[in-house]
Amino acid sequence: MATVTPVRKRRADDTKLAILFIAPALIGFVVFLLWPTLRGIYLSFTKFNLLTPPEWTGLDNYVRMVQDPVFWNALKVTVYYVVINIALQTALALGIAVMMQRLTKRTWLRGIVLTPYLVSNVVAALIFLWILDYQLGIGNQVLALIGLDRIAFLADSAWVIPTIAVINVWRHVGYTALLIFAGLQTIPESMYEAGRMDGASELTMFRRITLPLLRPILALVLIITVVGSFQVFDTVAITTRGGPVDSSRVLQYYIYDMAFGRFQFGYASAMSVGLLVVLVVITFLQYRLTRASSSDLA
Amino acid sequence: MATTTTAAPALTRDKMDIPRRSVNVGRFLAWVFMILVILASLFPFYWMLRTALSSNNALYAGSDSLLPVDPSLGGFQRVFGLQTGQEALDAGGAGQPIDFWHYLANSVIVSTLITAGQVFFSAMAAYAFARLQWRHREKVFGFFLAGLMIPAIFTLLPNFVLIKELGLVDTLLGISLPTMLMTPFAVFFLRQFFLGISREVEEAALVEGASKVRVFFRLILPMSSAPIATLAILTYITSWNEYFWPLMVSYTDRSRVLTVALGVFKSQTPQTGPDWSGLMAATLVAALPMLVLFFVFAKRIVNSIGFSGIK
Repeated sequence: MATVTPVRKRRADDTKLAILFIAPALIGFVVFLLWPTLRGIYLSFTKFNLLTPPEWTGLDNYVRMVQDPVFWNALKVTVYYVVINIALQTALALGIAVMMQRLTKRTWLRGIVLTPYLVSNVVAALIFLWILDYQLGIGNQVLALIGLDRIAFLADSAWVIPTIAVINVWRHVGYTALLIFAGLQTIPESMYEAGRMDGASELTMFRRITLPLLRPILALVLIITVVGSFQVFDTVAITTRGGPVDSSRVLQYYIYDMAFGRFQFGYASAMSVGLLVVLVVITFLQYRLTRASSSDLA
Repeated sequence: MATTTTAAPALTRDKMDIPRRSVNVGRFLAWVFMILVILASLFPFYWMLRTALSSNNALYAGSDSLLPVDPSLGGFQRVFGLQTGQEALDAGGAGQPIDFWHYLANSVIVSTLITAGQVFFSAMAAYAFARLQWRHREKVFGFFLAGLMIPAIFTLLPNFVLIKELGLVDTLLGISLPTMLMTPFAVFFLRQFFLGISREVEEAALVEGASKVRVFFRLILPMSSAPIATLAILTYITSWNEYFWPLMVSYTDRSRVLTVALGVFKSQTPQTGPDWSGLMAATLVAALPMLVLFFVFAKRIVNSIGFSGIK
């Protein structure tokens, strides 16, 4: 790509060395990121089963997507999941971060809160599959003990998505809390001292000082977590495989099933593009909101 | 702001009593909340351990016991293939031979390949972006940054097609390759640190006749060993926990890593009356290395989470 060019200014020119230094990363970038992205978009306009070469079919896959009730259901289920997951996770993480800020900034506490993040989604899913088992799970034992009905958390269509959302909150809430906690450190302690001198309660200070100053960081955290949340797959694949019926068939699982279960790579790619568009739009909107509401500290 | 001081002495007594008590009640409630959070974070780990150490057949009668029921290492024996098929069946297992040592080795190889490659090559690129003078530097860096915008999940399907064309399906290299050469985040993260290193030391070395290659290996890398170690630990954990991509690429034991093996083990277990103690033993085996790593590097990992690299 770049050729050795004559030195323009008195500055040293390291072009040769630079090419050597970025070559591996550039190859990685072009071959495994840029090219697949373009190819993914190309494949979405084809019929492709992996065995024979892709066959151009124009907008067929997109027409099919718009008319596919399972796709729309998958999108609906995914959005439902994201809403529960993000609302619960953000509220809890904010609470944990503020408590840590006010109670103790010791590393051990942050370490404990982060521990679930260290295990894989698969591990988290299996542990909760066991804890929430209808007959033997300790969760249902406790429900029975306090006189409530047992709940088929991962087999009842009304419960699966909230349950999967909670499992993923368990794994990710500590990480989110630490991100917010890092944001809290940027708020000068003098603000709280001034508030305290005015006799403001903790709650007032939270509403009047913490929240407004934290807004840009919360927005950033939301972008990161929402984009991650939309890509939910592992937990569904381990616990429910999209069931019962389609009640937990999230978009990414439907895409996987289409590609590897039915070998319709073209259609799967089209849905991937659909998901990509959704994510780009959400990121863009949230980014605009962040800019519009930058911190009062700045 | 500051109120008048005249009425202060009389007021402070009441004023101080009430806030202090409410603060104490508040602190108490805050600690109750935190203790609940700590319990919720750690209990599932205890339950995994407790179940892994129980006999599967005894779990039915003792499902509400807080301690291991009929303590046994049977779960671990099944997971490491130390029980014969019949023994495993009698104990409530699946009977198929399974050997987690093998998957453990695969996970170690994949995570090590990805971490070593990604960190080293990203550091080289980051140095070129931070310190070397060349045309189109900012443009190329802009390209890399744009890569941050592409959700990893979008490239998985086309990358699978590519890995298949390369004949690397069901190999450890095929699993490692896509993230072995770089990630935009790693390049970006390290470039930030390299930019922060004082130029004076570097220029002094250059004046003394050291080459830039030498400066990179002898000065830049050692001086940024802390962020590099942090990045390496985080990369190792991420690749260890990856499920979706290895699930696509590996088909047989040859390239199966722990996460995928757990999924397979789960699907093999009897549908009615799963082998929970075996499953939890397997889960523990998959989780333990990262928990140990975390225990050793807790401070570094905990403090690395923030916006230093992102913002």
